[in-house]
Amino acid sequence: MDSNESSRRRFLKHAGGTLAGVAVGAGAGTEWARGQTAKPEVHAKDAHAAHASGEHLRRGIPPRRGVRMSVDHITFYTPFQDYGGIITPAQLHFVQQHSSHFPEIDAQTHRLTIHGLVDRPLSFSMDDLKRLPSVSRVHFLECHANSSPLIHHQGNQNMGPPVQYIHGMSSCSEWTGVPLSVLLNECGLKKEASWLVSEGADPGKFTHTLPLAKALDDCFVAYGQNGEPLRVEQGYPIRLFVPGWEAPFNVKYLKHIKLTDQPYHAWNEAMNHSIPRGDLDGKSRWYHFEMGPKSVITRPSAGLGIPRKGYVQITGLAWSGGGVISKVDVSTDGGKSWKEAKLQTPVHSKAHTRFTFDWAWDGEEATLMSRCTDEKGEVQPTRAELYKNWGISEADMQKPARAIHTNMIQPWKVASDGSVHNAMYS
Amino acid sequence: MRCTLSLLASVMILAAPATGLAQSPRYNVGTPLSQEEIKSFDFMIGPDGQELPGGSGSAKQGAVVYAERCEVCHGKNGESGVLRRLVLGKPGAPFRGPFKPEHRDSVAYYPYATIAWDYINRAMPVPKPGSLTHDEVYAVTAFLLYRNGIIKEDEVMDAKTLPKVEMPNRNGFVPAVPVYPPEKKPSWW
Repeated sequence: MDSNESSRRRFLKHAGGTLAGVAVGAGAGTEWARGQTAKPEVHAKDAHAAHASGEHLRRGIPPRRGVRMSVDHITFYTPFQDYGGIITPAQLHFVQQHSSHFPEIDAQTHRLTIHGLVDRPLSFSMDDLKRLPSVSRVHFLECHANSSPLIHHQGNQNMGPPVQYIHGMSSCSEWTGVPLSVLLNECGLKKEASWLVSEGADPGKFTHTLPLAKALDDCFVAYGQNGEPLRVEQGYPIRLFVPGWEAPFNVKYLKHIKLTDQPYHAWNEAMNHSIPRGDLDGKSRWYHFEMGPKSVITRPSAGLGIPRKGYVQITGLAWSGGGVISKVDVSTDGGKSWKEAKLQTPVHSKAHTRFTFDWAWDGEEATLMSRCTDEKGEVQPTRAELYKNWGISEADMQKPARAIHTNMIQPWKVASDGSVHNAMYS
Repeated sequence: MRCTLSLLASVMILAAPATGLAQSPRYNVGTPLSQEEIKSFDFMIGPDGQELPGGSGSAKQGAVVYAERCEVCHGKNGESGVLRRLVLGKPGAPFRGPFKPEHRDSVAYYPYATIAWDYINRAMPVPKPGSLTHDEVYAVTAFLLYRNGIIKEDEVMDAKTLPKVEMPNRNGFVPAVPVYPPEKKPSWW
């Protein structure tokens, strides 16, 4: 308790300083004043105080994101426990910003350029992009480091309850934009073109490669999120959207696209986002593309107790980069037996899918789990199955190195007093 | 063998696009870009280093720039500091693995030396990305390659020499040539 408390204080001291810096930066940006401000974060300290004292329950203060700051990262975690349905409210969308502040971009002067192996290199203004045929699609977006084994041991009061900081780097929105196929057709592709490299206008010039076949399949340049302009933290005024694939492909503040005949292995992909793997003789994969099937029970979950015996609706979210979620099973006995949950319709492809399961708690100890299956028949793995697939021992997974694409089944343990605990490693 | 794989990969990748765009109408939206305009922002550097600009630098010159602009975060000689250990091994004795997840921050992990130049040029140093001259970027890159034991202290890095540097982890990535659709299903393993 003492050491937890002192590390929390150290964090608050550090976070306080960084948050003040964010607030100063935010005040200067014109786009923050256009009804898209990140106010819950700018005033994060007040929100933390309100939530800590329980005041939010009396005043109807909206849910807040969990926060973690470092010199070169800003992370916000989506509060899965605090909203219903499948759409993540825009102000609750997770953020994994690879820089110390958000860029200020004037949409009136911002241009998207497309060049390289094309017949007609072109520059597009925001007006140009909005003139072209648009699509709106409901899709999840997930950081490939979401749910990593390490995060289970790193929670603190600023990051919310476990379901939020362990799994909350996934969110789901209705995104609006122009299909990449339309833009590439305007430019005309040369025969040798087989990959795209995209660069953002953020301070770190976030850069990622994308195979052309995927770009032409279902990718788009998004300017809208849940009916509004993109949030600043989501790449205002435009971002690349790559349905079902790990979030680093979805370059924010999109500025340049170059058509090439090979992948570029920019620092943000091959270096920062790969991992040497035991099952590959210590080699790394150049790219992991789609996110595997994952589900998590959002209520009840650790820290959110069950007040008394009787009816409890178990609810949660399931998603897969492979397509539509076809089935979610729920277990209340730690995986000994499974029963099928109800899926809330409509179910979108590559999108969060809400499931519910009617349960009567008898006051005894119980372990709650969910397991999803997607349209390709891929089944969410258990912890042991995942570690075997990766060729990684339990001990190695606990070392200070990030694990990626962690989609193992999450167990929550209900104690006889109704309190709920994270049972992944206990 | 590598040629065969590469050819196969190209065929797989090209199959979809050729049919994907054939029937689509054009809307004549967008402003043509001149070659001069493209040259002004064409700084994403590929493995071949085609986009590398003029300029040059050596490890000795880079040591001075590093001390002034990089050491505050990455520590003396890139071996300690608050952020990312950039150096494994030492001059004359490069680290050749096995690479572990915790080694990913080092320049020794990069399969291509051009990645270091590209990232330093566009994203570093953190308070003022893009503020180093091209000569300074070549020099700092040379310094980090030298401290990692990959090049000699007097080797000059420029647009011709940098892409030819042999990196110790060049074969540390699979598959030999990246392909899409992936060679292994499901692609998230």
